[in-house]
This record gives sequence, structure tokens and C-alpha cells, in this order.
Amino acid sequence: MKKLNSTLLNMVLSLTLITIFAASILASVYLLTKDTIEAQMLAKQTEAIGKVLPSVEVRTIVRPETKDGLIIHKAFNADGKLVGTAVETSANGFNGPLRVMVGFDKDGNIVDYIVLEQQETPGLGANVPLWFKTDKNDQSIIGRNVLNDNLTVKKDGGTVDAITAATITSRAFLLAIDKAKLALSEEQPSVNTGASIIENDSFEIQEQEVPMEVFEENVIEN
Amino acid sequence: MNKSLKTLTAGLLRENPTFVLVLGMCPTLATTTSAINGMSMGLATAFVLICSNIVISLLKNLIPDKVRIPAFIVVIASFVTVVQLVMQAYLPPLYDSLGLFIPLIVVNCIVLGRAEAFAAKNNVWYSALDGLGMGLGFTCSLTVLGALREILGTGHVFAHGEFAGFALFPENYGMLLFVLAPGAFIALAYLMAIVGKLKGEK
Repeated sequence: MKKLNSTLLNMVLSLTLITIFAASILASVYLLTKDTIEAQMLAKQTEAIGKVLPSVEVRTIVRPETKDGLIIHKAFNADGKLVGTAVETSANGFNGPLRVMVGFDKDGNIVDYIVLEQQETPGLGANVPLWFKTDKNDQSIIGRNVLNDNLTVKKDGGTVDAITAATITSRAFLLAIDKAKLALSEEQPSVNTGASIIENDSFEIQEQEVPMEVFEENVIEN
Repeated sequence: MNKSLKTLTAGLLRENPTFVLVLGMCPTLATTTSAINGMSMGLATAFVLICSNIVISLLKNLIPDKVRIPAFIVVIASFVTVVQLVMQAYLPPLYDSLGLFIPLIVVNCIVLGRAEAFAAKNNVWYSALDGLGMGLGFTCSLTVLGALREILGTGHVFAHGEFAGFALFPENYGMLLFVLAPGAFIALAYLMAIVGKLKGEK
């Protein structure tokens, strides 16, 4: 076939056909993969939540709520009592957003964390997924209480060892963790007295039954 | 040497896109902070390059010369998006490491450059081979550059996520410069000089 000449009609027709064809392919691929992508993201999120929560007695996790830019997943045991909270939080890292999923038990002690997204410098800030879990000097934040402990780097008068040569990443990470305590602030006072526990419980059960569907039956063995 | 073999091997050394043609420097310098990142970017680019070369060589007579660039870009961008969606759906672990770089492939001048310089003038078979050769050449150069920077910078190689990689020497002795931007230029310049020497000066 001979090459088409660059007449106006040819150009318009050829470009229109190519774009229509490309658009239809994109639309069909999008529709074909949409459900799988959503399922994958949900599975990944559920897995992350499971990892950062206390591994005992978790029965249900209610549909996440959003507050102050945090995405909060509360976990309840079989009796409907709050056993832990997984919070998706973020801060500005050295090269871009640093998104972290952090799990607290009911008293605000950090159970575990997972870095969901980071673009820190390889070899330095990129150590963040493991650094704050490693039990060496004062660098681990696992088991510390986010409400009572001063979780900032030592350079800023805190109690945590910053990542070697990556103070900005460390600050961002600890800021994200610190922000996550806002998710706990409302539950916290009511845990201390017997009366309010009951109140708290009934409130939460109600909340589960009426507006929020249980979106994941997350039974963790052991 | 027959033409098929010649086309295939052109990208590997003789016309290596990174070290000889010096195309696609932006993703090259930006993504080669580690060997895995470089390799991932290279493989994703190679895939798009093969597909777009095939399609463009099939369509070359239907596209009038004056609108060839927009037409090529539409084809390339469609492939990039398809790759991104399919990978996100069926290969999530791979998407996690590649996801960041995939949209960058659209603006990679190697893809457009090969479409313009090769696929628009040759038949499907040679265009596919050219895509494969160039893609592999790009992958190899990015992996080598990434590995060099990672070794000099951190003392490890092929570190990824929670996997610490193969340690060659303790991290404290690494030269941080090589992981950061200036190291990319320095390492690239030395590698270009070595490839130039291997090719034989003209």
C-alpha cells in the first residue's frame, strides 16, 4: 500500500481513527481490569491492617473512617470491644510523600508499622521500613506509647534514634506517627473508668450495626 | 552477518541507546539509584518499545507524515496505560516496584526515537527485533549503571524492600555521592567512556 499523502482529510481521518481505536482499547482494558485492581488493593490493605494490629482476638474491622487526613481502621474482638486501631497516615519525606500504616493496641502502644509508600534516598532514608523496628539502641518504636512517649528524634529533644544521615526522613516518619495519635484521642479517656467502657462498648456496637457494614471478617488464628 | 541478527544486536552495544545514542537520559539518571530500579525501568521500557515498534510499523502507511508524531505518541501512550493497568491487576508485586516509572515511559525519547527512526521505515519483523534489541540494551545499561551506583554508594547490590541485597562491604564505607544525583552523571560518564573504548575509537 502506498503511503497516504498529508492532505487535510487524510490527516483528520487518520488521527481520528487512531485515537478512537486507542480509546476503545483503553476503555475495554480498564473495564476488564477494574474489579481485579480493586480486589488487589483491598487485599493488600487488609493484609497490611492484619500485620500492624495486635494478633489476638481480632474479629471484625469496621469500614474505615477518615479524619484529619488519616484513614482509621478500628478492630474489635468477639465481644465488640476495641482491641486496636490501624491508622494510615502520611507526611512529607525527603523526596516525596511518606505513607505509613501504623497499628496501636487499645492503650496507644505501637504494635507494628508498614511503610506503604516512600521515595527516600536509597541506602539512607530508604531504610525506613526496617529501621524503626530494629531493636538496637533507641531506634525501635515498637511497644512505645504514642500518647505518653516523646516520639521525636534525639536531635529535637526526643527519645528516638534517627536513621543515620537521614534526619529529614526520620522526622517525617515520626511526624506521621505522631499525627496518627489523633485517631486515638477520642477513645482514650473512656478506657480508664469502668462506667464509660460500657458506654463506649454499646456505642461501638451500635455503630457497627446501623451505619457501617462489616467490610472484612478478619479472623486471625492464635 | 544477516540483517535480522544485525538488527537485534545493534541495541546491545553498537547503537546502545544509553551509552552510544545517549537517548532517554532523564529516566536513566533518575531511576538508576539501585540495580533493581534500573532493571525494572529497563524491562518496562523494553516491553513498550517492542509493542509500539510493531504497531507503528504496521500503521506506517496509514499515517500521513505531517501528523506522524501525535499518532506515534497516542500509540505509545496507549500501550503504556495498558501495561500499567494489566500489571496493577495481575502482577501487583511487580507493579509496586515499577509503578512509579511506568508513566515516565511515554516521554522516554528512546521509544519515540525508534518509532521515528526505525519502525516508520522498516517492516514488522525488523521493527520487532529492533525493539527487542534496543529494549535489552537499555535494560542492560540501566542495570549496570544502577548496580555500579548502588555498590559504590551503599556497598550492597540488588537490595529491594525488606531484602537487604548482596553485601560487598559495610554500608558505612559507601560513597553517598554515588546514590545522589551527581553520582549518576559521574558513573554515566565513566561507563560511556568504557563503552566507547570497547567499540573502538573512530
